[in-house]
Amino acid sequence: MTTEHNARVLDAKIPDGPIQEKWDKYRFDTKLVNPSNRRKYDIIVVGTGLAGAGAAATLGEQGYNVKAFTYNDSSRRAHSIGAQGGINAAKNYPNDNDSIFRLFYDTVKGGDYRSREANVYRLAQVSNEIIDQTVAQGAPYAREYGGLLDNRSFGGAQVSRTFYARGQTGQQLLLTAYQALARQVAAGTVELFTRTEMLDVVVKDGRAVGIVTRDLITGEIGSHSAHAVVLATGGYSNVYFLSTNAMNCNGTAIWRAYRKGALFASPSFTQIHPTCIPVGDEFQSKLVLMSESLRNDGRIWVPKEAGDDRPPNDIPEEGRDYYLERMYPAFGNLVPRDVASRAAMRMVQSGHGVGPLKNGVYLDFADAIGRLGRKTIEDRYGNLFEMYERITDENPYEVPMRIYPAPHYTMGGLWVDYNLETTIPGLFAAGEANFSDHGANRLGASALMQGLADGYFVLPATISSYLANWLNVPPVPTDDPEFVEAEQELKDRIDKFLSINGTHTVDYFHRKLGKVMIDECGMSRSREGLEKALEQIAEIKRDFWSDLRVLGTAESLNQSLERAGRVADFLELGELMVRDALDREESCGGHFRVEHVTDEGEAKRDDENFAFVSAWEWTGEDSPPIRHKEPLEFEYVPLSQRSYK
Amino acid sequence: MDVTLRVWRQPDSASEGGFATYEAKGVSEDASFFEMLDMVNERLNDSGEEPIAFDSDCREGICGTCGVMIDGHPHGPQRGTATCQLHMRKFKDGDTIVIEPWRAEAFRVVRDLVVDRSPFDKIIQAGGYISVNVGAAQDANETLIPRPAAEASMDAAACIGCAACVAACPNGAANLFTAAKIAHLGLLPQGQPERYLRTVAMVETMEDYFGSCRNYGECETACPKSISIDVIAWMNRDYVAAQWKNFRKQGQQV
Amino acid sequence: MTTTTRRLDVNRRSGWRSWLGSFFTSDIGMKWMMALTGIGLLAYVLVHMIGNLKIYLGAEDLDHYAEALRTLLYPIVPETGVLWMFRFGLLAMFIIHMWSAIVLALRNRRARGTIRYTAKRQYLAANYANRTMLWGGVIIFLFLVYHIADLTLGMTNPDFVEGAVYHNVITSFQVWWVALIYVVAQIALAFHVYHGAWSVFQSLGMSNPRYDEWRRWMAVVFALALLIGNSSIPIAVQFGLLQVSG
Repeated sequence: MTTEHNARVLDAKIPDGPIQEKWDKYRFDTKLVNPSNRRKYDIIVVGTGLAGAGAAATLGEQGYNVKAFTYNDSSRRAHSIGAQGGINAAKNYPNDNDSIFRLFYDTVKGGDYRSREANVYRLAQVSNEIIDQTVAQGAPYAREYGGLLDNRSFGGAQVSRTFYARGQTGQQLLLTAYQALARQVAAGTVELFTRTEMLDVVVKDGRAVGIVTRDLITGEIGSHSAHAVVLATGGYSNVYFLSTNAMNCNGTAIWRAYRKGALFASPSFTQIHPTCIPVGDEFQSKLVLMSESLRNDGRIWVPKEAGDDRPPNDIPEEGRDYYLERMYPAFGNLVPRDVASRAAMRMVQSGHGVGPLKNGVYLDFADAIGRLGRKTIEDRYGNLFEMYERITDENPYEVPMRIYPAPHYTMGGLWVDYNLETTIPGLFAAGEANFSDHGANRLGASALMQGLADGYFVLPATISSYLANWLNVPPVPTDDPEFVEAEQELKDRIDKFLSINGTHTVDYFHRKLGKVMIDECGMSRSREGLEKALEQIAEIKRDFWSDLRVLGTAESLNQSLERAGRVADFLELGELMVRDALDREESCGGHFRVEHVTDEGEAKRDDENFAFVSAWEWTGEDSPPIRHKEPLEFEYVPLSQRSYK
Repeated sequence: MDVTLRVWRQPDSASEGGFATYEAKGVSEDASFFEMLDMVNERLNDSGEEPIAFDSDCREGICGTCGVMIDGHPHGPQRGTATCQLHMRKFKDGDTIVIEPWRAEAFRVVRDLVVDRSPFDKIIQAGGYISVNVGAAQDANETLIPRPAAEASMDAAACIGCAACVAACPNGAANLFTAAKIAHLGLLPQGQPERYLRTVAMVETMEDYFGSCRNYGECETACPKSISIDVIAWMNRDYVAAQWKNFRKQGQQV
Repeated sequence: MTTTTRRLDVNRRSGWRSWLGSFFTSDIGMKWMMALTGIGLLAYVLVHMIGNLKIYLGAEDLDHYAEALRTLLYPIVPETGVLWMFRFGLLAMFIIHMWSAIVLALRNRRARGTIRYTAKRQYLAANYANRTMLWGGVIIFLFLVYHIADLTLGMTNPDFVEGAVYHNVITSFQVWWVALIYVVAQIALAFHVYHGAWSVFQSLGMSNPRYDEWRRWMAVVFALALLIGNSSIPIAVQFGLLQVSG
């Protein structure tokens, strides 16, 4: 399927030198924009999550003119807010042999050797500055009685390096970024556009010059031009319909960029989070995450006997299989997410599932409550336990929680080089929207770290290397033919949605797509299934464009219309994910091909043939995409089979 | 279960609104309130009527996007729960449920149940932050924060900005929202340098849009994060102290 | 959808708006004034009630007490001088208290918007006492006008004798509807005081989980003491327990 002879080898522009010195060297060598010249530049930032709000605020502080866009009613709503457990940093406050190198090492290994060493090292380096910065901004992290910061453990690490604010770390960090952004809005350096959805990137002479947006209240289509465009629009787990993402999370921004020529890296690398509340019924709209931090104190088990129907508290100790502790004694319940998820899947598939639909495993706190007392458990997880009870009507202090994996995070995203620049000059991608740091699996508490690293520290430092080339060149005016054409295309597309007038809602198609994706391109994938999925997606797509019904007008708040555009893009993105999964004939991290397993049933990598990043290029509606390669070299973390035993 | 809905419908902010009645039949008790509305919307779409517009995003009670008045309760009858976390098991078969948007002069109805809460952003922009540029921070452990202060600050910082406090208040006051942010930042050592300027600026911006507190305590019961009205008392004290301190500082300015 | 906001600056308000100015214009400042004047008025009604209860000690005692008030600090100040100072102070407190209440009520009316909820609001915290503060205040004000006309100026009592406080009270309260007015007014006052005594702490920022519960009880005891103490007098008169001859 890949036209090999067209495929390029991509240059990630990694600075020379030892890995510890690359970032410093880069910052010295890079071109700068002097403070008094910065006001001559306009920068567009799309998305106001950790990466977007962080970047917009920081660029504003530096003196650039920033326009920030969010489809939400306020920039405080982005789904970074949903992160519960914490944020990693290599502070080594608990004195347990942590270091920048160990955080780097754990992240590369946790990502199953499919990430770029230089980026990950930089991430580990700035992790400490993130904690400093957010504390100074007023994030109320948990404290010891002596007034110092507290840490807890997370999956995939043998050290305690996770900083947290109860079970609401993401909320607290997003609010600090939101407040930093608010400060710049008040200062006049950032102009904020709320309820404004970016629907296309405008490219002129091969570089990104602006975006096209729709005002979600009035329906007005507008253009904004700038010297550079930053996409910080998050991940695309909602391709599965049911995921832990917010209802409005979507892949449209990065998909539009892909269609304009940006390469899309590792689309099939998606993370299925092990601890979510199992699906209840068919009308379910959303899967709710229970923080991974629960695995610190909870023990995961299933009945030893398949089909055991007894209530959990009636199953005696010898009738329980604490399978993670049994299979991975060194890490136990704290194995990385992909490992934990697949183990749960195997248990359910072999008939050991629990709950009314036999689709979960137990996460039991009885031991922890016995050891630490109910009060301590309440302090640590009280809000999560309450949330669980609200949703399931079961009291987790008395009955073990039921959990099951759910789509959560997408490691894939726009391909970016060391500058976080995509293959379209002037178009940058930050946070979950890019692919760079997590390889084939992300460790817990690393998403907040990456979002803020990109937003606060990396992007504001690298963007000047591009901007310096355009000093005293005004932005392309928005009446340029490229803008006019992009606006017209968008209007035509919207008219198309409204004029199909078929019989089914947007959600109907989204649900169908999600079913195919989770069945065939979810936790485990097979050649046969993936090939079948390609056909099924094509069929859903055909039906979508002929049988969709979107009511109302384009000139008003029309939530069905908003979703129609997003699902149309998900249909194409889903197809690319399947192609990528099919193309990658190995198992690694979250990408698990049943054809490639070790004798013990674990993921089996093929480093000889697949130690590279797949970066896909759009070639048109009817021709298959081209897969380019960025070879990965592992100088500092020697390639080895991951073992958490 | 079957329920009857009376829902506020309004095409846009310039038009008049009114109630429409819909039957929601065969709703699962385990469905969330919004999943029930999703189902009603699918059926409306199938029958050719435009779906009900409502704001909802994370559906796990943390983003603050959602919020409607349900039978005269902001976010519905369950205490400490955002609308998205409310489940149909809290209702009875055959119930009639009245669903209305938040009402306050500062909140314009955008469409149906969607309101414009942008004055909240204005209050934060007026001073709800700590001024520290990226890169300028000292080591995180250099400032010791007593655990009780960190906990009290976190209690206030839990606010999700949903505006249920305003919707609940017979005076349309945003004191709980504003006070929660003032207390969050004012209780921390990092928040001290700007504290008095922040308090005055935020309070006065709040008063430009919203009513005043009459100590009813309705906001506290409506708050999905159960933030205590103690923060309002804290703000009341801090505001007067701030006016005094700022007045004295004015004299020292060159 | 661009936003412009005022920035942090000690001089963000023009010069006239000093610390004191904020009390007369900002909502929170006015709440403070209501609270501070409220405390003064609470102290006054308490002292007034204690004085009233002297009626049970007989005419001589009460009239002597009233005389003492008129000659307080005499001859250092002219006769009734201190009394008039109190009267002016009270009047000022009343005016500030009511003015703040009216201004805030008008602002709140605007802030809550024109469209009301259709479903009956299910109040969980707001109770009868705090929702009726405004109208309770109006009742108290009207009562006050009557009370002064009745017992200070003697305009409504045909048997009024200047200076004979005991006589005036009894003859006035012997009319059943006058007694009723007094009792009703005391009930309104009790509600008003109940919420007010609790609310004062909140408005002045003296709220603490440690004594929040205690505050509530204090307000109840205070309101009940006023209600029982003050309304016992017209009731006692009606039942003939207090008589002119006594």
